[in-house]
Amino acid sequence: MEKKLKSAKLKTKLLDYFRSVCFLFPSLAGVLVFFIAPFIVVVYYSLIDNVTDGSFVGLYNFTKLFSNYAFRLAAKNTLLFSATAVPAAVILAIVLALMLECRIPLKSYFRTFFLSPMMVPVASIVLIWQVLFNKYGTVNEIMLLFGKEQIDWLNSEYCRLVVVLLFLWKNLGYNMILFMAAISNIPKELLEVADVEGASGLYKFFQIKLRYLSPTILFVTILSLINSFKIYREVYQLCGAYPYEGLYTLQHFMNNTFSSLDYQKLSAAAVIMAIAMVIIIGLLFIVENAFGKDVEG
Amino acid sequence: MKKKRYFGRGVMFLLCLIFAVIFLLPTVLTITNSFMEESEIKSNYGMIFGASGGGYVSEKVNLKFIPDKVTLKQYMTGLITTPDYLLKFWNSIKLTVPIVIFQIVIASVAAYSFTRWRGKVRSFLFFFYVILMLMPYQVTLVPNYLISQKLNILNTVWAIILPGIFAPFSVFLLTKFMRRIPYSLIEAAMTDGASEARIFFSICLPQCRSAIFSIAILVFVDYWNMVEQPVVLLENAEMQPLSVFLSSINQSEIGLAFAMATVYMIPSILIFLKGEAYLVEGIAHSGSVKG
Repeated sequence: MEKKLKSAKLKTKLLDYFRSVCFLFPSLAGVLVFFIAPFIVVVYYSLIDNVTDGSFVGLYNFTKLFSNYAFRLAAKNTLLFSATAVPAAVILAIVLALMLECRIPLKSYFRTFFLSPMMVPVASIVLIWQVLFNKYGTVNEIMLLFGKEQIDWLNSEYCRLVVVLLFLWKNLGYNMILFMAAISNIPKELLEVADVEGASGLYKFFQIKLRYLSPTILFVTILSLINSFKIYREVYQLCGAYPYEGLYTLQHFMNNTFSSLDYQKLSAAAVIMAIAMVIIIGLLFIVENAFGKDVEG
Repeated sequence: MKKKRYFGRGVMFLLCLIFAVIFLLPTVLTITNSFMEESEIKSNYGMIFGASGGGYVSEKVNLKFIPDKVTLKQYMTGLITTPDYLLKFWNSIKLTVPIVIFQIVIASVAAYSFTRWRGKVRSFLFFFYVILMLMPYQVTLVPNYLISQKLNILNTVWAIILPGIFAPFSVFLLTKFMRRIPYSLIEAAMTDGASEARIFFSICLPQCRSAIFSIAILVFVDYWNMVEQPVVLLENAEMQPLSVFLSSINQSEIGLAFAMATVYMIPSILIFLKGEAYLVEGIAHSGSVKG
């Protein structure tokens, strides 16, 4: 009797497994064919010396990559960009969300306005950005009014600032929505108690709001990080395939390597970036766990 | 005390107003300038884009909201006389629409599997999808390129469409939405003897309708904007979408570029106006990476 029951249980379990695989199959098969299997090949390519009759060369391709000037420049630029744009995108989005939470009039219109850049293709507005930030452009005209010198925004060290601004313009609205949702989930009673106890605005912000926001901060940080790696789009449309040195990003490096079809270099770069991404995200999770653990239910 | 609060809110309102102007300015300027006559645009911005071929070119840049004379000439040129731009626009549609539709179809089935059945292996798989979702194009384009080469679809639309269809982004997001469906609903259907397909079609999908809309919008925006994939995977300039092609017409015909830039933003703006509520809901619920 018991045996029969057990076998019936096993049968439903197996059937469940079979069904779950059926539903998952199309997606999983595609992911395996287009991402995972070729990525294993990429890892293999990064460890051999040539594609036709390769022999194992250990980490040679990686050391070669790190001594490559273009790669180092691209890595430096990308890191510099992400390190400035991502924190700015997180902090300013919180500021915007808090501003809209202040029960100002026309709140929903402002939300629409702030969100609208995410829907506008960058390709469509780069013309205006070029007009604004050209050496003879509008921004410089305004600067002249204040007696500042003209800056060739796109062809000097300032180009990074222009691209960070474009990035913020595009991404702040999305991040703001995420924070608005998170703020509305903070228990109201907690804030009321704090009010009764006479807590200051700053205390309420740092000790209550920020703690409840910490999972969202993690999410927005990761999201902005991913988006910051897509900045190539903006740079490509603003400055073409060969921008000023300060805008030479990792994607530019990859594209140039694609056109010379140097598989070893490409593979090593892809593997390095994958490892770097996993490490960065792991670190972010650890930090968030340490900071926000006492509020998570 | 009360007065102070009103004052604070006034300041906030002003700040919001300033931000709103900054956020709207580029879009609005592009649209209004697209109705300017070629000569007016040239005289305003000629020096920036290095316009040649006679005509007055102002020495200073002249950013203007309202055109002196409204014209639709460059729209006529772009849309009717020279079919080149229309063709590129069609390329964009050809790449984006199949990706949006099939990514959603495949993702909703996969998300059902991740929602309905849990277990160690499957939660590991889901984690794996998350990691893959977080990988930048610089990582995923190399495997995409290799497999396209192997399957002989390099330089065809399939090299972009196929990896796009299987991108894990919507699987992740849809799973998060489906897991919010009360499990009692599914259980009730099961005791009534409904098949898995029936539960999927009559319970999960209707419950996720707004989620599906919002994810479709997000996927659309991402691919409507794409630059990385076509630049790497499509060598043939004829097949490039308008998002890549637009940056190459900047120099010669500025008026036309403004008009085409405006045309290019019409679909996404229409979608935004129609689906903003879905979009906001979708973004808001995508919340945290865990859970």
